[in-house]
Amino acid sequence: MKSLGSIRRKFAPWNDPDAKPYIVFENVTKKFGDFIAVNDLSLAIFEREFFALLGASGCGKSTLLRMLAGFEEPTSGRILLDGQDLRGIPPYRRPVNMMFQSYALFPHMTVEKNIAFGLKQEGMPAAEIDKRVAEMLRLVKLEQFAKRKPHQLSGGQRQRVALARSVAKRPKVLLLDEPLGALDKKLREETQFELMDLQQELGLTFVVVTHDQEEAMTMADRIAIMDKGQVMQVATPAEVYEAPASRFVANFVGNVNMFEGTVADRTQDTARITGASGAQILVENAADTVAGADVAFAIRPEKIRVSSKKPADAVNALEGEVYDIAYLGDMTVYHVRLDDGQMVRASMLNATREIDDPLTWDDRAWISFRPNAGIVLTR
Amino acid sequence: MNTVWSRFNIASIVLGFAFLYLPIVLLVVFSFNESKLVTVWGGFSTKWYVSLFHNQGLMDAAWVTIRVGLISATVATVLGTLAALTLTRYTRFKGRLLFSGMVFAPLVMPEVITGLSLLLLFVAVNLDRGFFTLTLAHITFSMCFVAVVVQSRLLTFDRSLEEAAMDLGAPPVKTFFQITLPVILPAIVSGWMLAFTLSIDDLVISSFTSGPGATTLPMKIYSQVRLGVTPEINAACTILIGLVATGVVIASVVNKQREVQRLRDEQIALRG
Repeated sequence: MKSLGSIRRKFAPWNDPDAKPYIVFENVTKKFGDFIAVNDLSLAIFEREFFALLGASGCGKSTLLRMLAGFEEPTSGRILLDGQDLRGIPPYRRPVNMMFQSYALFPHMTVEKNIAFGLKQEGMPAAEIDKRVAEMLRLVKLEQFAKRKPHQLSGGQRQRVALARSVAKRPKVLLLDEPLGALDKKLREETQFELMDLQQELGLTFVVVTHDQEEAMTMADRIAIMDKGQVMQVATPAEVYEAPASRFVANFVGNVNMFEGTVADRTQDTARITGASGAQILVENAADTVAGADVAFAIRPEKIRVSSKKPADAVNALEGEVYDIAYLGDMTVYHVRLDDGQMVRASMLNATREIDDPLTWDDRAWISFRPNAGIVLTR
Repeated sequence: MNTVWSRFNIASIVLGFAFLYLPIVLLVVFSFNESKLVTVWGGFSTKWYVSLFHNQGLMDAAWVTIRVGLISATVATVLGTLAALTLTRYTRFKGRLLFSGMVFAPLVMPEVITGLSLLLLFVAVNLDRGFFTLTLAHITFSMCFVAVVVQSRLLTFDRSLEEAAMDLGAPPVKTFFQITLPVILPAIVSGWMLAFTLSIDDLVISSFTSGPGATTLPMKIYSQVRLGVTPEINAACTILIGLVATGVVIASVVNKQREVQRLRDEQIALRG
């Protein structure tokens, strides 16, 4: 398969067979009574990686993080950090620090005391603590707030104090539990980039838990999609989006159109899929499907073209009716109801100010896409 | 605000406050009465206050009351805080429901029963009744009030504060003393004050569990009243009211100021 998306940095230890993972979850299971929060999960995270655990609430992502921090012990399985088994090591002796979703700033201490707390526990000399605290305050741009108490700060400032406090000890791994969840949208976007810069600057391994896929896509080197205590896919943001491993992942990340059908016949590179209504589409990326298999063809809305006439060169073209149009400025989203009843979502970039092929509600329309625009899913 | 003061409103307020405060006002006024007759006004005088301070019996009782109050409130606060911690933290041990019910039962138990049962216990174990048994009894009944106050604070306590402290390298004991205790301290202090107040004005349980030489102020006042109310008692009560009122006013002013300060801080935070 060709490489997907742009490569932000030349950093991909997971493709290097000699690279040794830094954090390893080995068949980890965690039960709370009868409830299985994490189910026989294995995962490897590399040094200096920005790793995101993405999933809906209750999927076990936070439990995974808390096990790494030492607040929960796995019911079975092992967690290794730099080769060392973490079982039985209490949170206060683990070389990892966590940034809490609630920030958990100590309300009775000033900003600088909060940041100094962890350093004091190490028995660092006072002069050095002062130096480190000043450095941290500079890093998060809160120098003039050193003497304030947490309740005298805004949400964004509190978030930065929590961040400064959790990186002050220079942990090997920083765990972030929904780090931006409490911020408003604009601040969240700014902070995403700040976090990425910080991670680069300090050279730390970041493990972030989030339910916000955009956040995970923006920040992470790799994303683990979780559901019901299991990892559904671990891949780069581009792979997760363009080459999801299953219907669940395809549906979970971004918008997707699914064409369910059976493989009618296939050649070396292509497969012909027949839908329930008899419509046929020719696709690539069919991996190892065989003729007769039940599959789904998943295609993202921006890879579908909508036009009033059937494009002459189109390999795959299906006819329908415009059901709904949403004009978003930068693009227009069309909902087209195909003649077999399936609803298809297509988004078209408004690259020019005038639209050459204006479509409106209830118009007859054709959707078309190239054979390699989507991916065939068997799971 | 533009409130219309209708006659009905005024009447309600006057009657309501009169109902609450008239007895107290009468008591205070008659403590400055020249005459020995409690219900006949004979002119202004402070002589009963002077004679109060020369009444050795009353002064001794006051001293006993304060000592019992300080000791029992302190011990009850320690025990009550521990009980509250256990009940909120270890939610999964066997018999927790029974235990929590048992801690809070004395809240609704008639005082007579508490007093009587303590008396029976002290007699059974052959403990001489006096200052010690009195203090023990006060600890018993005020402990559960402390537990209630501290527990309600702990229920809203963000456990991630403790986790954050441990995550930053503080072992559990250090975490408790550096994070948990300072954060819940206001609740512990108000628990202590509640226990102290309860101890100071308790009459029923004290009467059952006290012995010779350990008479508290309420017991003393009650026994004297049976012989007839003297203006001296009025003076003693006025002092008590004054002390309590001062305490309440100070506490609410401090609270109010802190609230104002907090609002101002939040405004600053929002702007900056």
